[in-house]
Amino acid sequence: MTIDLYGFGPALAAGALMTVKLALTALCLGLVLGLLGALAKTSPFKPLRWLGGAYSTLVRGVPELLWVLLIYFGSVNLVRAIGESIGMPELTLSAFAAGVLALGLCFGAYATEVFRGAILAIPKGHREAGMALGLSKSRIFTKLVLPQMWRIALPGLGNLFMILMKDTALVSVIGLEEIMRQAQNAVTFAKHPFTFYMVAAVMYLGLTVLAMGTMHVLEKRAARGFVRRT
Amino acid sequence: MEWEIILKWLPKLIQGATLTLELTAVSVLAGLIVAIPLGIARSSKLWYVRSLPYAYIFFFRGTPLLIQLFLVYYGLAQFDVVRESALWPYLRSPFWCAVITMTLHTAAYIAEILRGAIQAIPPGEIEAARALGMSRFKTLVHIILPRAARIGLPAYSNEVILMLKASSLASTVTLLELTGMTRTIIARNYQTVDMFLAAGAIYLIMSFVLIQGFKLLERWLRVDACQGR
Repeated sequence: MTIDLYGFGPALAAGALMTVKLALTALCLGLVLGLLGALAKTSPFKPLRWLGGAYSTLVRGVPELLWVLLIYFGSVNLVRAIGESIGMPELTLSAFAAGVLALGLCFGAYATEVFRGAILAIPKGHREAGMALGLSKSRIFTKLVLPQMWRIALPGLGNLFMILMKDTALVSVIGLEEIMRQAQNAVTFAKHPFTFYMVAAVMYLGLTVLAMGTMHVLEKRAARGFVRRT
Repeated sequence: MEWEIILKWLPKLIQGATLTLELTAVSVLAGLIVAIPLGIARSSKLWYVRSLPYAYIFFFRGTPLLIQLFLVYYGLAQFDVVRESALWPYLRSPFWCAVITMTLHTAAYIAEILRGAIQAIPPGEIEAARALGMSRFKTLVHIILPRAARIGLPAYSNEVILMLKASSLASTVTLLELTGMTRTIIARNYQTVDMFLAAGAIYLIMSFVLIQGFKLLERWLRVDACQGR
């Protein structure tokens, strides 16, 4: 069985590449935000704890689509003001940048909770051992807490990444040419909406399977030296 | 912030929020009904019973809701059979397309929650029911399902909140729910940031109320007391 793509195959492939780029860039931003959020939420300072809590609650309570729209359409005046102050009046936020910001923000809010759980899951004794050895606070975090956190946080982060991957489709609403947008373009020219959206769906399925496989390998790697007790 | 403008458009926003709640309520309830047989079949020991729900769940969890929505709303019109069928008046309306898609989508997630809950029931309880002479069907209705409902409820409430947020996608098929309404208002008054923030606040309030409601339901069903093994 062959599916006639009416010459839109390359465009869809380019869209897939854009989707992957968008997902990975947003992942990087989201991981940083999530880590910062978790540190704020577990910090001994009350204002920081409050800030971390406000970030994860507010961002998680509002739909991802609304964030995409708010950041893309709402930032126009702000970006123009910044652009004029640094002498670049043509400065605008591209659809890609807005998508990365919105998806990264949402990923970070959920990742805050995942990382916080992982930080709390590390036995207190490890931290105390570091203190007893005279390590500084930052060294305890980078050498003791962070390496152990990954193993615990990885399954949760994997789930969030699957959600992120599917949320990239929302960025098509502001015109970024990823899989969804390319499929829409193809439908406009060649009709056959079911065929093209189904092909797009299968491409997302393929990406999901790929991400699942990668997560499996990463989890296995991170669990080296640990015996699973059942 | 220009409060006067927000106040002026508030009735319209609330009208949109009502549609959002309608979409969410219908789809999570219908989704639950679809999910119960799916979840039971998914946790079957027989591979040929398990495989069909597995494929369904794999497709609906592996692809974005936006694609599914477009497949139903724009895609189905490609087939003459659908256009000539008696269901066409429903499949033509954006409201029913959004409801159908969201129901099918959330059913996949709820079925997976249900499977997890069914498998989390201590086997001793099911064995005890069988030992007391309950038939397989009676065990399912009186022991397995009530027990699974309590185990799965916290996850189900999460799913409801996720669907509340996902209903914003219905704005892409011309429905004027909260997000769609907000975009229409912005096209009139150009107060982009204010209007989006107002809509965000309404979403926050709705999810807060829902979370509190589920907390009450959990207390009523005594979920905590049932978790002890």
